[in-house]
This record gives sequence, C-alpha cells and structure tokens, in this order.
Amino acid sequence: MIVAEAKPIEEVLAMIDRYDKIILAGCKECVAVCAAGGEKEVQLLASALRTARKTAGRELEIREVTLERQCDPEYVEGIRGFAGDYQAILSIACGVGVQYMAEHYKTIPALPGLNTLFMGGSLEQGVWSERCQGCGTCILHLTGGICPVTRCAKSLFNGPCGGSAHGKCEVDKEIECGWQLIIDRLKELGEFEARYTELFPIKDWSTSRDGGQRTITREDLKQ
Amino acid sequence: MHLMKAFEEGMDGVYVAGCLEGECHFLRGNLRAKKRVGHVQGILAALGINPERLQMYNLSAAMGGRFAQIAREMTERVRALGPSPVTTGKGREFVEEEQEEKGQ
Repeated sequence: MIVAEAKPIEEVLAMIDRYDKIILAGCKECVAVCAAGGEKEVQLLASALRTARKTAGRELEIREVTLERQCDPEYVEGIRGFAGDYQAILSIACGVGVQYMAEHYKTIPALPGLNTLFMGGSLEQGVWSERCQGCGTCILHLTGGICPVTRCAKSLFNGPCGGSAHGKCEVDKEIECGWQLIIDRLKELGEFEARYTELFPIKDWSTSRDGGQRTITREDLKQ
Repeated sequence: MHLMKAFEEGMDGVYVAGCLEGECHFLRGNLRAKKRVGHVQGILAALGINPERLQMYNLSAAMGGRFAQIAREMTERVRALGPSPVTTGKGREFVEEEQEEKGQ
C-alpha cells in the first residue's frame, strides 16, 4: 500500500487559515489501512480543526467526505455536486489523491493534509515499513526477494558497501543492511554461489523516476 | 473521536474511566484506551488546549469511593484551569514545551 502520515496539525491549520468553508476528503484505500486518511481520520481531523477555530473565536464549516478512492476519476467526481460551495479541498489521501482533486476541480485549491511517504506494508499493528520504490524493473527473483533499491540506503546493485557493519547500515544503526539481508537469504535458499558471485550490470534507471513521469497504457482495457 | 468531539462541543474536561490494568474484560482494551488518550492529549496540546483537561483513570466497578474521589479530583483540576478556550474563544491557553524552548 501507499503509506502516509498526518501532517502536523499546526501546518494544516496554517494551510486553511484563510478559508471558512472547506471540504475534508478522505480515501478508503491505502491511507485508510495505514490509519492516516480514512473515514475515522476524517472525523478526527475535522473535529480538531473546528475545535482550533473555536479556540480562536472563529467558525469553520467542514464538509466531511470519504471517497472510495481518490485516484480514480469516477470517485473524485463524486463531490462535483457540492464542491463549488466550498473554498478549498483538504485531501487526506496520498499525493495522488490531492493531485486528482486539483486536476478535477480547477478553481478550488487542493491542499495536502498528509505527507505521503512510501510503498510498503505493516510489520505489526501501527508499524509500517517501506518495501518498494517502483523502479520499474523488478529484480527480486535475483536478490532472494529482498529489494536492494529500497533496502540499501545507496540502492546498490552490487553490495554491501564498506558502511555495512554487524548487519546494520552506516546511515542508522537501527536500519538493517539490505545487502546483508540479501546474502543471508540467498544462503538460506542455497542460491548464494550462483547469484552473489554474478555482477549486476549497470541499471537502466530510465524506467524509474529518472525517465520522468511514467504512464502505462493498456490497449486491451482502454476504451 | 468521542474525546475530541467532547472538547469540540465545549467540555472543560473529560476523563476516561477504564478497568484496572490487567483486569480488562477486553484483555488489552484499557491499555489501548490509555494510548488513545495520550494521542488525543497530543492533539489538544497542538491546538493550544491544556492536555491536563483530559485524563485517564483505572478503577474497578466495585470501587465507588475511588470513583467519587476521582470525580472530585477532576472537578478541582478543571475548576483550576477555568473554562475551555473553545468556549471563551480567546485563543491558545497552552504552549507546548518544545515551542516554548524555541521561543526563548
């Protein structure tokens, strides 16, 4: 899922300071799962923002909505009927959702209520961890199912580097060395000799962010 | 959510009464509630509302005396703090320590 976390409430308050009528839009997908932008978070943030305004002796009208997804036009269009009655849309979806709001409602400012962080999964209740950077050329079959792009701070393809010590990364002693994980895993799989001795060629990063914004067109699905 | 709503509606103080730790019917329900209360206290502080206005107590259903004592304690605490800034509309009543340090 895409993992995000709430912006500091002071930052959100500053963002909406000049508005008195806003839409607060959550999303029922990834950000709901990581407890940052679902229906519950919409209610909590709306209440907190109204409370802050009352403290300052001002009113704030908030229309609370939680869309099925904010990354699909049909759902984003769901607020078309009343969007024009509001001065801004505060989206607590991921960055995709905020941008979709901006693209669909051109005369209404779209504001981000979250900081979108990474693609990852949950380790336990309340703990999420990054696993994928969407580099566009997956090589997990060669690295024991552990991603060097994500798990190595330098995204090395022929690691580990000299900063690896006792299985930890030099960036932070709490972070595991991605390449140590790969080596251990390859050994467990009995693939160490076959895989690790083979050098990875220079990676073509054009399928990643270096190639600019990426778009996929599936002609079999496109209408 | 219910805690935040109470403050939004202008309550001067709220306390949560949970079971004694380790004796919750919902096993870890009271420990989870304690964490939620801490989270809302953080939100209140960020909004400029004294987090002391929200408290959590642990007691059993058989502790009537303790319940009365807590109610008195909470009433005194809230009385000392005065009306909630939500109802007075006079701005923040509380500045977080970190912000105070930055300001110094």
